[in-house]
Amino acid sequence: MYKKLASWDSIIILLTVLVLIVASLVVDNFGTSRNFTFMVLDLMPIILVALPMTFIIITGEIDLSVASILGLTSSLMGWFWNHDMSIQTIIPLCVLIGAVAGVLNGFLITGLGLPSLAVTIGTLALYRGLALVVLGDSAVADFPFNFTGWVTGTLGGGSIPNVLIPIIALAVVFGVVLHATPVGRSLYAIGANDQAAHFSGIRVARTKFWLYVVSGAVSGLVGVLWTLRYSSARADNGAGLELAVVAAVLLGGVSIFGGKGSLPGVLAGVVLLTALQNALRLEDVSGQALNIVTGALLVLSVLLPNIVTTVRGNWQRRRLRQSAAQ
Amino acid sequence: MLRHRLAVTISAASILTLAVAGCGGTTKKNSTDTGGGAQTAASANPNAQLKTGLKIAYLPKQLNNPYSDVETSGGEAAVKELQGEYKKVGPNDASASSQVSYINTLIQQQQNVIVIAANDPNAVCPSLNQARAAKIKVVTFDSDASKDCRDIFINQATTEGIGESLAKMALEQAGASGGEIAVLSATPNATNQNSWIAVMKTELAKPEYSKLKLVKVAYGNDDDQKSFQEAQGLMQSYPNLKVIVAPTTVGIAAAARYIGSSSYKGKVAVTGLGLPNQMRQYVKDSTVKKFALWNPADIGYLAAYAGAALSSGQITGAEGDKFSAGKLGSYTVGKDGEIVLGPPTEFTADNIDKFNF
Repeated sequence: MYKKLASWDSIIILLTVLVLIVASLVVDNFGTSRNFTFMVLDLMPIILVALPMTFIIITGEIDLSVASILGLTSSLMGWFWNHDMSIQTIIPLCVLIGAVAGVLNGFLITGLGLPSLAVTIGTLALYRGLALVVLGDSAVADFPFNFTGWVTGTLGGGSIPNVLIPIIALAVVFGVVLHATPVGRSLYAIGANDQAAHFSGIRVARTKFWLYVVSGAVSGLVGVLWTLRYSSARADNGAGLELAVVAAVLLGGVSIFGGKGSLPGVLAGVVLLTALQNALRLEDVSGQALNIVTGALLVLSVLLPNIVTTVRGNWQRRRLRQSAAQ
Repeated sequence: MLRHRLAVTISAASILTLAVAGCGGTTKKNSTDTGGGAQTAASANPNAQLKTGLKIAYLPKQLNNPYSDVETSGGEAAVKELQGEYKKVGPNDASASSQVSYINTLIQQQQNVIVIAANDPNAVCPSLNQARAAKIKVVTFDSDASKDCRDIFINQATTEGIGESLAKMALEQAGASGGEIAVLSATPNATNQNSWIAVMKTELAKPEYSKLKLVKVAYGNDDDQKSFQEAQGLMQSYPNLKVIVAPTTVGIAAAARYIGSSSYKGKVAVTGLGLPNQMRQYVKDSTVKKFALWNPADIGYLAAYAGAALSSGQITGAEGDKFSAGKLGSYTVGKDGEIVLGPPTEFTADNIDKFNF
């Protein structure tokens, strides 16, 4: 079981490396340090939100409200700034508000036992609606340059984008928790069978609750980074991001039914999608064709492991039958 | 129990952090924005030759929008005249941030000119300034970006230009003896319409318009049915009306539909701002003699020439810079790097079939 999924991860990682190498060789202007910065900025929101999303999907749940939490914190950031709060207060406050939005999700799902798909579709609309109430159609843009410039800038003006620091830091933390702690292992157990997990002493509800809080907090943080990157606090910021995130997580080999997946696979999934889009855009492939390519890739990523499993299952059964006949 | 205590400690700590962070720090009032443009103060050389082979890329608000397709088609024609390389890219959705990835791609491709209709005047700014730092000239059309991150803005029409044109068309169509005219506008607080109507009223106060009498400004709320009813109401209240002026595409189409199907056809003129495709049948059946709108193809055309002039060093985008824009003639850069396309194009039975938008 574990072996099979390890192989899907390695296929994605291998494919990603392959795409990066081929694109650097074939596509003009792909393998430059400036393009690297652009790519990191493009994948930042997806990769950060994908970290807690991976945890949640591994437990067999989903959080579709992430992009709306991002929009809400972005709106509030603009509102706070207009009301003359200091940016040093606004940033942690926005992360906290994201966490509170996650608390509501977590309470509805684990406290009241409602299905996460329904709850987070509801809060997707709710939080986006609140974002529109806060800021309406207007945008706030006059954030201080030393903050907006940091997000789009590079370390000492070199070729390593500043935002890579929080990305790597968070990825390491999430990776260690998932793959090297009892908490991480309990997530797989919950996803595989939450009844069994419950009876073996794992606090299923509490664990899930905190996952939603973390997901909210990270979405809040991404709301801040997004706003600073575009120097623009708007209610519609990040609309549709949840689909890109879920797509990347599934492409990375996490099973939508829970219980399977790894973080390196997800990271590779995000990089693969972003690099492919970047390279195709540089080759002047139109936006519609871009959507078709990423859509097809996604369907394949869900389809292929299933086909492999079915084929392998059939093959094993036949062998069993043969040995029984002998 | 232990966990509870832990949670309380964490919350307390974070609130404390917030409180500490609250003292001092950067606020809207004390922040000094140094994120201005990367513009270098080069001087313009009006005699510089226009370069050929310039790579000029158009980035509309979104692809597959009929109106912006007409705009960029003008750009394509101009780039061909300039012997440059034309390209059009853009997102499928008109969201604030989706254009940024495309700007970044154009920077990587080392285009010479980016012609963009900004979805958000600020969200595109950091990227546009990066483009300008890479010696790419930035021209905006349709909707401007913040003025410290572009070189030139092509303004389709000034408020004055449109107001004057509305008054002129009303006078022409009321005939020699003049008479009563009415305005059918959008909503009572529509900014554009109100400023055009204000200019129109100033014009009407001039002696050459003394034969015209504006009897009523009606509001159809840019709703087809309401506009239709308002046009009907105008004719009932003012049976001697000579002209209905509708400075909105919804209003003019609804008014033309009403007049064209009533006994007033041929007696009352309808004019204003409209789209050729919507108005074609009313022009053909002579309900409408003349209406106006800026020509979107000319916007794209002028943008290409402005970009080429910038890239060739003929102009820098400073006020007073002059350049020639092919078939459109010569232009002067105005305040804040704005270039006004000129008076709106007038559409009549003679020329309407040349326009498809």
